Amino acid sequence: MSLQPETFKSLVKMAAEQVIASAPELTTLDQAIGDGDHGTNMKRGFEAVLGKLDAISAQPLDEGLKMIGKTLVMTVGGASGPLYGSFFLGAGEALSQDKHLPDDLADVFGSGVNAVSARGRSQAGEKTMLDVLVPVLETLRTAAGQPDLIARVRATAAEAVERTAPMQATKGRASFLGPRSVGHVDPGARSSCILVQAVCASLEGQQ
Amino acid sequence: MTDTVGIVIVSHSKDIAKGTADMVRQMVGSEVKVAFCGGNPDGGLGTSVSLIIDAINDAWSAKGVAILVDLGGAETNSEMAVEMLEPARRELVVVCNAPIVEGAVMAATEAAGGSSLAQVKAVAEELSAD
Repeated sequence: MSLQPETFKSLVKMAAEQVIASAPELTTLDQAIGDGDHGTNMKRGFEAVLGKLDAISAQPLDEGLKMIGKTLVMTVGGASGPLYGSFFLGAGEALSQDKHLPDDLADVFGSGVNAVSARGRSQAGEKTMLDVLVPVLETLRTAAGQPDLIARVRATAAEAVERTAPMQATKGRASFLGPRSVGHVDPGARSSCILVQAVCASLEGQQ
Repeated sequence: MTDTVGIVIVSHSKDIAKGTADMVRQMVGSEVKVAFCGGNPDGGLGTSVSLIIDAINDAWSAKGVAILVDLGGAETNSEMAVEMLEPARRELVVVCNAPIVEGAVMAATEAAGGSSLAQVKAVAEELSAD
């Protein structure tokens, strides 16, 4: 898997468009256990990313990822802004240091996941986006170099998001609901799944 | 006039942020710099990192700035805003774990007496102690 500027551009475009198209679903999920703004917030953030797509894809990859992160931080307007922003800032920073794609994909993704965990002071198992991002990271590590890596990442994300339904939230707005958060898929986990699957779909389309 | 710690109020609602700032000014007076912001980048309920950065700069004092927030996203966005300040300023801004209205009034009262940033934060956070 190589990541040429055009590949990066179409990948970001597809991810942003998928999130924007999913805004009503994310809002519905968030109305059940949050404050109902996740869809509109993510839509605003990724519309801003789309607006800067040319500038983002003209950057070296590390700077492009950081530009996405900063754009989300400044435009989303909810906690998901700093959380997703930190993911892209963290991943970009790993590339600025000593990591390279495609060999270090898991480490680069892991750097983003660590940044989310630090920002949210949260771990997997608390019914958050980390409950998708951490299993995806594990698959990136265990299936690295396998020909079916992308399919396995897709499957991991899809299964992981469903596993958030029976969880009780202990972080974020949903934690206010206590046991009543059980039975609903976490909106942040769902948006993470949408992003991961959009990236997979884009890469599959270019193989 | 000696410098006093500045106070920033960050709510999801601009009305709550403004109302809290009004209460602080009436109860504490105008010797403490108070700035507020509320609303997402489109003006709806939420918070905006760039508005928080602006508010921190408006309330800036050499003794530092204490931020009072309402709910989760206001805290996360405030922490992000602090990290995006120039490095020399980051150490001088704290987010207080305190109820927004009571915390802002208590923090500003403490700040008006010339207390340090750590003292202002501690007084506001006493409200959250069990």
